[in-house]
Amino acid sequence: MANMAQAVRMALHYGEKHLGVTDIFGEDVGPPLGGVFTCTQGLKTTWNTPLDERGIVGAAIGLALAGQKPVAEIQFCDYIFNTIDLLKLAGNNNWASNGQYPLNITVMTPAGAGIHGSIYHSHSFDSWASRLTGWKVVMPSTPRDAYGLMLSAIEDPNPVLVMIPKALMRVKGEELIPGEPLEEKDLKERIDAPLGEARKGWEPRWPELEFAPTPIGEAKIVRPGNSATVVTYSRHVFLAMKVADKLAAEGLGEVEVIDLRTIYPYDWAAISRSVVKTGRVLFLNEDTEITNFGEHLLRRTIEEHYYQLRARPRLLAGAHVPGIGLAPPLEEASVPQEHDIERELRALLTELT
Amino acid sequence: MSETSRVPAQPFKDKNFCLSYFRHMVRARALEERLIKMMRTGDGYFWIGGPGEEAFSVALGLQARKGHGVAYDFLHLHYRSNPVVLTMGAPMIDFLRQMKSTALDPFSGGRNFVAHISKKEWNVVPVTSTIETQYAVAPGTAMAQRRARLKGEPAGVTVVVGGDAGTAEGDFASSLIWSTRPGAELPILLIVTNNKFGISTPAESQHGEKNIADRARAFGISAQVVDGNTPEKIWAALETAFDTIRTTGKPYFLEVMVSRLHGHSSSSGAQRTLDEPCCIDAFEKKLLKNAWITEKEIEELKQAAHLEAQEAHDQIKGEPYPEASTFQDHTFADGKRGGVPGRDF
Repeated sequence: MANMAQAVRMALHYGEKHLGVTDIFGEDVGPPLGGVFTCTQGLKTTWNTPLDERGIVGAAIGLALAGQKPVAEIQFCDYIFNTIDLLKLAGNNNWASNGQYPLNITVMTPAGAGIHGSIYHSHSFDSWASRLTGWKVVMPSTPRDAYGLMLSAIEDPNPVLVMIPKALMRVKGEELIPGEPLEEKDLKERIDAPLGEARKGWEPRWPELEFAPTPIGEAKIVRPGNSATVVTYSRHVFLAMKVADKLAAEGLGEVEVIDLRTIYPYDWAAISRSVVKTGRVLFLNEDTEITNFGEHLLRRTIEEHYYQLRARPRLLAGAHVPGIGLAPPLEEASVPQEHDIERELRALLTELT
Repeated sequence: MSETSRVPAQPFKDKNFCLSYFRHMVRARALEERLIKMMRTGDGYFWIGGPGEEAFSVALGLQARKGHGVAYDFLHLHYRSNPVVLTMGAPMIDFLRQMKSTALDPFSGGRNFVAHISKKEWNVVPVTSTIETQYAVAPGTAMAQRRARLKGEPAGVTVVVGGDAGTAEGDFASSLIWSTRPGAELPILLIVTNNKFGISTPAESQHGEKNIADRARAFGISAQVVDGNTPEKIWAALETAFDTIRTTGKPYFLEVMVSRLHGHSSSSGAQRTLDEPCCIDAFEKKLLKNAWITEKEIEELKQAAHLEAQEAHDQIKGEPYPEASTFQDHTFADGKRGGVPGRDF
């Protein structure tokens, strides 16, 4: 099975071969490296940029204004902060021109903690991104969804931000991407650039991939249940499922886990249905907790489902700290861990109504 | 088709050309004066513009190749660029509609400040209030044009315009870097109209460089500092710049020295200042000296421009604001209106 970096690479290949992608660019995106996470190895339209994130987002806007179809990468979302007014401009361009200038832009960026990335390689951007009006914002948790959401982002006529969990870049999927070779080794030999001298003159042998988009705006119930709901995304999907399995084995109930997949426009219908069913809900993500995106979902839950709740709804998010410390105990104290999720879910499941 | 195709070989020795140029300048000034008046009489909340830059703006408006797509010039303008687009042929009334934020404002549908032009049919991309971001965006359109050039397809050039104070932003440095990547130089005309002020702050109190153009020269970009108050000079400089870029595909830089005759915006009162030279007065003297026009004809020309502006103003007085229900329209290009999912969608 492909890992997430390979999945993104295959989606970009499909994009430049079949969907009209003209430019895939960013810092170290082109040869020889093909991206710091190898997401852009072996592609035809890649090129390296100056070390200038504002220039990267600006160039993406300009290319789209001229009718091109760019995919830009910000090397780590930790570096995206100085582009915020350009991201805002990209988001309001069509609206401010009264519909004259839609921008078909995809920006992709690795996000989140979990790779011992210290202060500037561990940031989350999901809560910030939820405020970028005019953008669609997605965050896959599996290689299959990374492939599908990248295709949807490329096809979408609007600016779309694709955040890829850093910690899951090398994690293999459990679902085959349509067209992906059955053998991992085969895929690796076909599309992973060799190291050292062998890379010179290397050409990938792309598999015949299929157009298999994951719709933007559709959540996925990754673990059905009736006892409580966890609404999460990105790498916390797996932590939530693990804890849910453990609690189920203890007989505490079946927790439904929703992988939101899209931050905006988020799938309220899916959340709403599950909350009405279980009456107990935990919102879970790793961005800092003050004005966290999960707080917005919590507010809507209270406003719209107050009388259907059977227990106090909860948010578990990252601590409001200036950064993620490098030493493991510091990182673990800063972003939700398995034991934190377990503590919250135990309380949620056992709270008397 | 470029307006320059109708330009005589020695334009400033040609009476008809000069009179036409003068008329463009006068109309542009009359437009700005009407907009200021609208702001003062409650037909607009805010005025910002560039009276004093007409000699430059008319030249740019006449020399730009207008049309849609990479075959034509892309214009990344700023809030002092009304006269450029007026000269290109936009109806005067359109600017007044944006001033009054009426539903018929063709640039932004009543959403944006005056002088925030957006006109896709002529590659005028949306003017933004964020100072200097246009310099980070412009290399993108120039890249698309470079790509067309390399394929042997028709390709225009990209023009980006901003003021002197904005060059302190990093986006200005971005434009220099991105325009001169070795082997990937861009067909882009970088213009800074230097009025020596950032709102109230004199440039000399903040900038140590002698000329902004020197910063472009450091990147190997051909650059000129040019008198923007004299039509002959700015016309020739722009012509050289456009010719060079169209021939070589490489960037060119112009620092255009201009006057600022009504301050920065209505926030500083927009009063007429008399201590800076006026390009229209100077050109008028030349026309009179050549006996190409009489005092009376000048007066008639100015009256006609003011009348055009006044009639446009009268015409839009009854025009409504956009409907409140449209406030989310065009948030997304696929018909989605934005807002809260499941509630507003």
